[in-house]
Amino acid sequence: MSAGVDLDGVTVRFGNFTAVNNANLAIKGGEFFSFLGPSGCGKTTILRTVSGFLDPSAGKVRIAGQDMAGIGPNKRPTALIFQNLALFPLMTVAENIAYGLRVRGIDRVTRRKKAEELLDLIALPGQGDKLVSELSGGQKQRVAIARALAVEPQVLLLDEPLSALDLKLRQHMRNELRLIQQRVGITFIYITHDQGEALTMSDRIAVMSDGVIEQVADGKTVYDKPETAFVASFVGENNPFPGRVSKASADEAVVDTAFGKLKGRNPSGLKTGDKAILFVRPESFKLGKGAEGTTLESPVKNVAFEGNMTHVFLKGAGKKDITLTVGRHGSSKVPDQGEKATVHYTDGLGLVLPEGKMARE
Amino acid sequence: MALVLFFPKGRWHVSSRAFVILLPFLVIAAFWVMARYEARTVHDPTHKSYWERNGMVLGILFIVLVALWTLFLVTLPYLYMVVESFHPRLPPMKRFGPEDYLTLEQYKSLFVSPVDKEWNTTHLYAFFYTIVVSSAVTFLNLCICYPLAYFMAQAGSVQQVRLLMLGLIVPYWVNEILRAFSIRLLLAAKGLINQGLMGAGLTDAPIDFLGNNTGMWVGLSYANLLIMMFPLYNAIESLDKNQIEAARDLGAPWWKIHRDVVIPYAKPGIASGCTMVFMLAAGSLAAPLFLGGPNTLWFTAIVYDFFFQAFNWPRGSAYAFLLLAACITFVMIMLRLFKVKLGEAIR
Repeated sequence: MSAGVDLDGVTVRFGNFTAVNNANLAIKGGEFFSFLGPSGCGKTTILRTVSGFLDPSAGKVRIAGQDMAGIGPNKRPTALIFQNLALFPLMTVAENIAYGLRVRGIDRVTRRKKAEELLDLIALPGQGDKLVSELSGGQKQRVAIARALAVEPQVLLLDEPLSALDLKLRQHMRNELRLIQQRVGITFIYITHDQGEALTMSDRIAVMSDGVIEQVADGKTVYDKPETAFVASFVGENNPFPGRVSKASADEAVVDTAFGKLKGRNPSGLKTGDKAILFVRPESFKLGKGAEGTTLESPVKNVAFEGNMTHVFLKGAGKKDITLTVGRHGSSKVPDQGEKATVHYTDGLGLVLPEGKMARE
Repeated sequence: MALVLFFPKGRWHVSSRAFVILLPFLVIAAFWVMARYEARTVHDPTHKSYWERNGMVLGILFIVLVALWTLFLVTLPYLYMVVESFHPRLPPMKRFGPEDYLTLEQYKSLFVSPVDKEWNTTHLYAFFYTIVVSSAVTFLNLCICYPLAYFMAQAGSVQQVRLLMLGLIVPYWVNEILRAFSIRLLLAAKGLINQGLMGAGLTDAPIDFLGNNTGMWVGLSYANLLIMMFPLYNAIESLDKNQIEAARDLGAPWWKIHRDVVIPYAKPGIASGCTMVFMLAAGSLAAPLFLGGPNTLWFTAIVYDFFFQAFNWPRGSAYAFLLLAACITFVMIMLRLFKVKLGEAIR
């Protein structure tokens, strides 16, 4: 039922512009796989290449091991869910869902039956005769999913389908999508610029930037062990401290930054003198002077109370503030605006990565 | 003059022609009543009535201007023709006299010739010929314009579309009669196309394109090409490209995409284009006159002759209205058959 998707050196060019540059990936059958990246990073281009609307300028797309070159979108075992859903406004809900079966010449009764089944699956039983315009945003969403599932694709491609929904509904639909994927057991390839969506739903995530796949890993790895400065700065909040490595070992490195010598893990094996960025997550900082670990000081620019936590913004070296997140029941008093704050972090929570392109704020 | 119209020969008799003169005042009165009614029925306190919005002077001016424009320039000339068509043909001296009565004889004359009391086959044939050819031309134009409009609206690049648009529009800067004659030049016995065909050895003798009515068909189609093009283009252009891709992704071949997604969506545009082309083709004069064969009798040309050759305005108007009524009925039936609402077609 489910098929893996392989990208072998896929490059897509539009004139002089390279939208996707040498993408190599093996998406396993039955996997929930996400492409995460800012807009214009080439993730939609990859999706359109897999679905067959675009031909790669170089490289191959294989679905279930079969080369897809020359096979049009209407002949591939994929189904695409569009960002704006693209439901057919002049057809009823059931006609929409069964359209893929209709073009395959399947008779009316079977079509209707299949549509009813899928309406049950998406929890809209008996709503087949409604017009699409009579549905709410979340219901339209589910109809789009049902329409794609009706043709029994081996791979379902989703192009930011939740972006048009409001926050509450979006969070609800995340769970729903995950459940549907587990129920039907086919490969889902999901495109999003929302890291929350990618992290909560996916088995694995490919983080993309400017047409290049920066890292492929599960959500936890991408968050805890980013491999490039871009991934570190794009996935989750992060505080960058650029500088030069002043001391390095296999495990740890010390970076000479505007805030003094800061220590962190050294997974990329940087050497003394290399240009580097040390990243510390806002939740890794603790207020006050630590018994061990690295300590730094800076005046407080702003304090934002957010209920379950408080964000503290310290003056950074450049334009960007240093942010830290303080839990509700911490031992130290949250400093006031204008005060000089002392914060520290455990060395294992600092991460030294080679200097590179960062995500735009 | 008006008094004479109201009371011809001193009798208390409002003639049918006087009714036409009275109408503008009736419409102005109707406008007035509507404005008063609006002021009285709307209870929303933020809603400003027509008079509050415009003031008394401007309000009156607007009503009078709109009424005069629609009535004197649009409605009245037609109404005059309607009235005329129900009267016998009379020299000016005898108008409003005892021989000037309401009659249906002008309408009857299309079916039964007033001369020999036989079936008026010549005119009836022209009548139906005009309607049949016009609907065929409409269908032909739809077949030509749909692929073009689809290409321009969905498939072509900006550059191609701009070029195509220019190619479509520029010929229409040329006068209609000049265009008809240039088609005539192309299709004539010693014209470009015949010379080309003979030069290529495809035919020995020139083909009589004008005699066999090819010229008329080409002229009628070409004259109304843009009329079909733009409603179609507008309708298809607003279709979300994703809909086409979604259908394709779900496995539909190109012709099913058109059958199930594009054409149903563009139906109002198709209906609107077809209606206009049909009406204009049925009423066209230049193409059948200049490009038609010698034996072709086009109904509009007959109407034209009644007005300007025979000076028989009553019969000319009666013929014109019969054609109009037949065309409207035909369009209504077609709209009903294809399940298009009238409101959609004239959007």
